[in-house]
Amino acid sequence: MSNLKLELKEKIIEQLNLEDVSVDEIADNDPLFGDGLGLDSIDALELIVMLDKDYGIKLADPKEGRKIFESIDTMAAYISANKA
Amino acid sequence: MKNDFYIQSYSHVKNGEVSVNGKTVFKTSETDFKLVMKAAYKKLIIDHPKFFKMDNLSKLGFLAAHVLLENEKEKNIALILSNKASSLDTDRTYQESIKNVEQYYPSPAVFVYTLPNICMGEISIKHKLYSENCFFVTDEFTPKTLSTYANELLESNKARKALCGWVDVDNGKYNAFLYVVAKKGTFVHSEAEINRLY
Repeated sequence: MSNLKLELKEKIIEQLNLEDVSVDEIADNDPLFGDGLGLDSIDALELIVMLDKDYGIKLADPKEGRKIFESIDTMAAYISANKA
Repeated sequence: MKNDFYIQSYSHVKNGEVSVNGKTVFKTSETDFKLVMKAAYKKLIIDHPKFFKMDNLSKLGFLAAHVLLENEKEKNIALILSNKASSLDTDRTYQESIKNVEQYYPSPAVFVYTLPNICMGEISIKHKLYSENCFFVTDEFTPKTLSTYANELLESNKARKALCGWVDVDNGKYNAFLYVVAKKGTFVHSEAEINRLY
């Protein structure tokens, strides 16, 4: 699980072009949206594409993303439970 | 062309150099566009991390506009930009992401930049401009089109100033020349002067 969390942090930084953020600066329970990393709605769509492309998980309802993408912890738990 | 308006200031971004009114404010020996933009951001912009999420055209236009507007008080500034490549640089990236039906993963973050006028949106958001804007796609820099449009907006009081110019990026090649047209300024707003400054 810890490897997956590290991988997710690296992917998020790279794919969402978080130029001034390092892996060490993202805590596992930091909010990804709002006051945390400050991701926006386009970033949320990118994360949905990333789940599909890298982990074979298709979100039937994009609204599910709100809970799944709360933090690295919630993302990792969802991926571990649903990975194709 | 009437000479009632003036060019208040102008900027260039090309060949690893950013200049304002002919004076260099940033220079690097880097040739890679993304590295040039990153270095220029750290020297000239600093506090707008969304810059790194922009496509190449928006980065270029944003930077060239930033050095002209960072201390500007007027908010009714029309944006009249132009280029040759439109958003082709980003269109190609997007095309890459959708060309293979087996690996069909279109990127929303790339798709939103597949229009050249998004560049003007990024400038407007940063500088809180709720003004007229227009983006012309032409084979070459055409001062007549830009000055005619700017004069019309200023004469009809649709705008108090106009940020005009050329912002072009394609396949790593880039060139930006922007200028602010106002009622007061150093240079007469004429095709000849625009061409000379370009």
